[in-house]
Amino acid sequence: MGHLAATIREWFSRLCDSKAGLAGLAILAAWLLVALVGYFWTPYDPLAFDVASRFQAPGPDHWLGTDKFGRDVLSRIMSGAAYVLLLALSGALIALTLGTAIGLSAGYRGGLTDEILMRAMDVLMSFPSLLLAILVLGTLGAGFLNVVLVVGIVFCPRVARVVRGTVMEVKPCEFVDAARLRGETDIAIMLREILPNILGPLGVEFSVRFAYAIFLSASLGFLGLGVQPPTPDWGLMINENRGFIVVAPWTVVFPGLAISSLVIGVNLLADAFRQLASGEV
Amino acid sequence: MLRFVSIRLLSIVATLFAASFLIFAISQLLPGDVAQMVLGQNATPEALAQLRLKMGLDQPWLARYLAWLGGVLRGDLGESLMAPGVMVSQQLALNARASLVLAGAATVFVIPLALLFGCLAGLNQDNHIDRLISIMSIFAISLPEFVSATFLIIIFSLKLGLFPSASLIDTSASIIGQFRSLVLPVFTLSLVLSGYVARMTRASVIETNGQPYIRAAVLKGLSRRRVIVSHVLRNALLPTVTVIAMNIGWLVGGLVVVETVFSYPGLGSLLMTGIIQRDVPLIQGAALVIVAGYMVFNLLADIIYRLLNPRLRGG
Repeated sequence: MGHLAATIREWFSRLCDSKAGLAGLAILAAWLLVALVGYFWTPYDPLAFDVASRFQAPGPDHWLGTDKFGRDVLSRIMSGAAYVLLLALSGALIALTLGTAIGLSAGYRGGLTDEILMRAMDVLMSFPSLLLAILVLGTLGAGFLNVVLVVGIVFCPRVARVVRGTVMEVKPCEFVDAARLRGETDIAIMLREILPNILGPLGVEFSVRFAYAIFLSASLGFLGLGVQPPTPDWGLMINENRGFIVVAPWTVVFPGLAISSLVIGVNLLADAFRQLASGEV
Repeated sequence: MLRFVSIRLLSIVATLFAASFLIFAISQLLPGDVAQMVLGQNATPEALAQLRLKMGLDQPWLARYLAWLGGVLRGDLGESLMAPGVMVSQQLALNARASLVLAGAATVFVIPLALLFGCLAGLNQDNHIDRLISIMSIFAISLPEFVSATFLIIIFSLKLGLFPSASLIDTSASIIGQFRSLVLPVFTLSLVLSGYVARMTRASVIETNGQPYIRAAVLKGLSRRRVIVSHVLRNALLPTVTVIAMNIGWLVGGLVVVETVFSYPGLGSLLMTGIIQRDVPLIQGAALVIVAGYMVFNLLADIIYRLLNPRLRGG
């Protein structure tokens, strides 16, 4: 664990050297702060209808305007931030965990295990990611937990492939042979010898999947297959107010800007991670 | 080459079988009684029983899968549940053509543009041009299609009135009218893909630029233009083909969103209609056609890559 903390510290200090990475970190941190504040406090109740003040343009009362039910757009964006981040983070984490487990076993065991696991991953990857997500959510039903699971399942083959490739590079190393000769079990070797040595690529993979997960879950929300109304999910907000784009463009522009800025931030961060990791090799 | 293509074709067929099984299995998860859904709440028990029999709902699901698969192999995907009498395969053929036009136009539009920007950025590594292009491409890959579509509609169809915001293809409209209705969907679809292709092209140009044979070409006195055109670009563009192929999946996913936003009558919007109306044969058919198309395009890209790469041509 000391090794892990040292690696993270070193990465962090080098991340601060890259302007783009720092910008990405700042954007993500800002949204995390908004999510935290929005969870406990918003200027208005994000769910309360106020028909008298529907479609109010941005002004001193409602900084970002109100939507078709008179709900405050700023409050909804603030309280939605927690959903968006939690959804994407847990989806990416599930993808990473599943993918790492599968990639580790396939890469380390090789042979038949590798063949079966990776062919199964191939079948999952023969579906474009959004298509698979739409199919499963369209039949299983939408909802927070289902979206998290689907994001995890859709992205896990891609993680598994990367992990398997890296494991195959580490496997021939002498310390792996040494551990095997000491009589350690396969699982111990995978977790204690190999896993710590692929943390770099895993970090990159996590940041990339996180960006994709925000993108995917927002698109699902927009298609009506994500979290359900009245949850202030950003994609869903755009879907709900799309019909009123002429009278109240702010109801779609601000959630749109929120999603884009968050994805831009995470993408900048992922780019910086990738450069750090490739510099290490 | 022939060997490579036949092996890949075999593996595609095998994967398609597995995918068809997965599609069928997922579509069986739909809650509720299909017969009840089709006939409504007021249906008589006799009518329900008759429809169940007709749809084979009394059979075990493996038998239904095999029956469906047999139909697929004969090109018969069944009848739409919500529009009785409409064959799913006919509907799919019609919408697949529309989707191909959209995806094809986006690809033709994206590739030259993205390659140009990627090369420009790569050749100007770390100066202003590179910074500008790199930032633009980060923006391009970070805007979900439904967001960029919404922004484009606000700017180009509501404020400027240049292009229509819905593109229900009206065959009676003039060619120019039809073209105008395609502009915004194609541009939206192109944005994410062009960002990825430009980024990968840039990385690939930079990597090639650092190779010893480039230094050799410069040292032997070739003009900068010669070095760039016949050494750097030639080698740098190869990996880009793979990137384009990998991102076709992205394009297909984008299709669903873009077609929904612009009410474009393609495969993606048909799939969404199927899901909203719980039209099982339509969902199965659309999903299968999209997966098959996706795999065929991936194979095509692999073949092009092999043709372009002399090291792999023989294998």
